[in-house]
Amino acid sequence: MELSLTTRTVGEHTVLDVGGEVDVYTAPRLRERLVELVDGGSRHVVVDLARVDFLDSTGLGVLVGALKRLRAANGTFGLVCAKEPLLKIFRITALDQVFPIYSSVEAAISTSSGERDDNPPTA
Amino acid sequence: MATVRLSFSPAPVHVRTARLVGVAVARRAGVAEELLDEVRLAIGEACTRAVALHNQYRIPDLVMVEMSDSDSYMVRVIDRAPIEASIGLTKLPPDELADESLTDEALTTGVGFALLAGFVDDLQVRPVDEGAGTEVRMVWPVHRR
Repeated sequence: MELSLTTRTVGEHTVLDVGGEVDVYTAPRLRERLVELVDGGSRHVVVDLARVDFLDSTGLGVLVGALKRLRAANGTFGLVCAKEPLLKIFRITALDQVFPIYSSVEAAISTSSGERDDNPPTA
Repeated sequence: MATVRLSFSPAPVHVRTARLVGVAVARRAGVAEELLDEVRLAIGEACTRAVALHNQYRIPDLVMVEMSDSDSYMVRVIDRAPIEASIGLTKLPPDELADESLTDEALTTGVGFALLAGFVDDLQVRPVDEGAGTEVRMVWPVHRR
């Protein structure tokens, strides 16, 4: 399935809904969109992976890049992911210890910057 | 025993094709349905690695993927990059993953290897028998119908 990217604003957060396959071919488009958001002034970014059905190391690298970019700009970056196959990818790579991962967009937005969800899906 | 071979130009767009073929052959070979996501990811990672190496070393040769089933389902992904390119394949510790000094390439390589090692119980990375290149060999069990 082709990559889809949709941006919306919820309060002071920018939510990027990602769908389809994020791999070595499509990840550059995701990187480009995230760079555009930060360059455009977004400082609190949530990436919703609910509609992602494939994510590889290139996609993970793009997400880490966005995290670093927002940290440097004193912003926050969170992921929304409740699918077990994707959560397993984060656990295996130890990136579950790097990203704040939330079970819903609401949880990501309501939790203060950089704090983890009280009831994370990885528990 | 059935064998399917796929060769492709080292371009990212073709990695998805390799994943699709790899999973189709795995399903036909009798790999358990619950392992197919892992097969898809592992083949994708091995091919992504091969494509990255070919591009890094400006090698126009095709990346080769061979899928075969006998007592198990075996996938070999073969690149033609110098063998030293495979040195340093290692899983990165969590505190280094978001380190500012880590390049995107190093991060993706480390994460890709972590995924391969984490999803494939029977994994070997070794030099090809002839010439330059590395073979990533992955094996999964099959259930005969």
